[in-house]
Amino acid sequence: MNSAAQFRDDAKRLTHDLRHRELIQSALKKYEVARDAKKARYQDWESARVEASDIKWDAVNHLDAHLAEFARNAEAHGTKVHWASTGGQAREIILGIVREKNARSIIKSKVMTGEEIHLNEALEKADMSVVESDLGEYIVQLRHEAPYHFVFPAMHLTRGEISDLFERELGSAPTNDAGELTMIARRALRKKYITADIGISGANFAIAETGMVSITENEGNARLTCALPKVHIALMGIEKLLPKLEDLALFLPMLATAGAGQVLTGYNTMYGGPRQPGEADGPEEFHVVLLDNHRTRLLADAEQRDALQCIRCGACLNVCPIYKNVGGHTYGTTYQGPIGAVITPHLRGLQDWKHLSFASSLCGACTSACPVKIDLHHHLLQSRRNARGQKPLWWEKIAFKLFAVLANSPALWALAKPMARFGQIFHPLVKATRLDPAYVWTQSRELPKVAPQTFKEYWKGRNP
Amino acid sequence: MRVTLFIPCFVDMCFPRAGIAMVEILERLGHTVECPEEIACCGQPAFNSGYWPETRAVALPILQRLRNAEVVVIASGSCGAMVKNFYPELFKETEHAQAACDLASKTFEFSDFLVTKLGVTDLGARFPHKVTFHDGCHGLRELGIKKQPRTLLAHVRELELVEMTEAESCCGFGGTFSAKFPMISTAMGEVKCASARETGAEFIVSNDASCNMHIQGLLDRQGQPLKTIHLAEVLNTR
Ligand code: SF4
Repeated sequence: MNSAAQFRDDAKRLTHDLRHRELIQSALKKYEVARDAKKARYQDWESARVEASDIKWDAVNHLDAHLAEFARNAEAHGTKVHWASTGGQAREIILGIVREKNARSIIKSKVMTGEEIHLNEALEKADMSVVESDLGEYIVQLRHEAPYHFVFPAMHLTRGEISDLFERELGSAPTNDAGELTMIARRALRKKYITADIGISGANFAIAETGMVSITENEGNARLTCALPKVHIALMGIEKLLPKLEDLALFLPMLATAGAGQVLTGYNTMYGGPRQPGEADGPEEFHVVLLDNHRTRLLADAEQRDALQCIRCGACLNVCPIYKNVGGHTYGTTYQGPIGAVITPHLRGLQDWKHLSFASSLCGACTSACPVKIDLHHHLLQSRRNARGQKPLWWEKIAFKLFAVLANSPALWALAKPMARFGQIFHPLVKATRLDPAYVWTQSRELPKVAPQTFKEYWKGRNP
Repeated sequence: MRVTLFIPCFVDMCFPRAGIAMVEILERLGHTVECPEEIACCGQPAFNSGYWPETRAVALPILQRLRNAEVVVIASGSCGAMVKNFYPELFKETEHAQAACDLASKTFEFSDFLVTKLGVTDLGARFPHKVTFHDGCHGLRELGIKKQPRTLLAHVRELELVEMTEAESCCGFGGTFSAKFPMISTAMGEVKCASARETGAEFIVSNDASCNMHIQGLLDRQGQPLKTIHLAEVLNTR
């Protein structure tokens, strides 16, 4: 099935699943309350957004220089920097390290770029055992499914469902207690950290002036993933760059507030290189893989380039009424929600993913929520224009051409009214059936009636 | 002032009362109202569907017809956003760019026109009902209109405004979106209707007739007694 048909089918199924809608919407309601409380602690949230957007805009527009500076500074501390133009290259680089180290087992903390390039599949094919250490990721891994939300991967599951899963997969006793569920996962994961040969992480930010990688998390799993195994690989998109260390003073709290309604994420760690002489712990090797995978294609699009400012906070998903009603899996993308609808056509092809830009009421809630002020819903409009400009639907094109003729001719427009009234007389015969020309509307809604006297008829009557 | 009223297609056809209320209010305030016969639709359906050249075919005659207008008042936040924000985008880098910007700068959504441009807040209306207000997305987020309609409602006698928690959430209409993805559109509308019902209001008031059309269509199908009404009609009561 193609991606558009899959989206449509899943959307249809999930919008009829009231339990699912209620689950997601009540979870996101709680998020909204927490977020608003934390936003209120900012002196001026709006100017923080402007500042963050300016910094990122500048970083994106000077990406070449920042990347070179980052690589230079990282290498100065013994970090090995790799450049990957494609997902395939990134997989090869990582597999190369794995082979060189004769690694057997790998522990990962949340790596969305890993999802993007299907890293787990590649590692498993090479006979690696791969374990996700982020609790949500671990849960979806046990269920053999994709993350539901790129910040909250398992938000579609109830505690009961997670308990059942753990009982089945880990043999634990059933419980409805969130703390106990976390402990069950922790016990299972602890062994893995110790035996893993390689830890793979993503990155939230990369600092050009210091060559450091910043990772934020709430569970402490990323710290173990990055510190215990002998080798740490951080895989990140090239857009993660921030020019200065001090920029984090703005971005770390904004990420936490916009994304999860927190003042600051639980753990905020900087990774500056492998273990240095005289240091007691840390990995022996630290690799950074910088991934393009069509991000430069987006960079070349002057209209939509600001989408590279994204800090993957997830705020746009959390407020999106489409996301709240169709859920994360329906998108079929690594990055769900509005940001996914904007960047996936660039990353994976416009014609295959244009349906995501049409699946929006263009309400703009995402754009208002985005901490770095990406013009998300207008980009959806531009993608629609680009898609139809390349490949119009012939019948739509004709329909809009005819409509232009109708709208531009007062005589025809006036004629349309009695015709519509006439049609309305017979409409009840077919209403809400497949024969109804307005079926897409009438299957769930009543049509408005053409008024006995339209406005223009009224106006004509007044000014004959 | 000479006010040119822009009556969008669906207001003309299905919701003339909102337009008539605007005419009566503006005339009562002492303005001369004109309503060009030639203008039928702002072209938003084609624009939002990605057919920009076809949209220009609808929009260009409007640019020309409204060139000499003093101010243009639009009876819908959504069409207002189209003319104010998207016409300049649509005609960018064409010979009509300036005309589009000129039109944008003299175009107002109705409630914004009353409060911001005219400084009128009390129209002497009386509407003895409990109501809740729905912010149309285009009015709210494209044009930044939030306070204006509430200021006007605050001066309506015997009206009780109860805000719903989902006031700023989309009703799910989204123009052609409602036909392309009817299931999502309907689900969004259901969230809206449920939130409005929770307030115990008798009416959902909005400054966007297109949202009202969608919400009313859902309420009628659900058999709900709740009614939608355009802000102008409330303001025109006595
Ligand atoms: S687009 Fe904005 S709101 Fe959405 S994830 Fe990225 S930074 Fe967050």
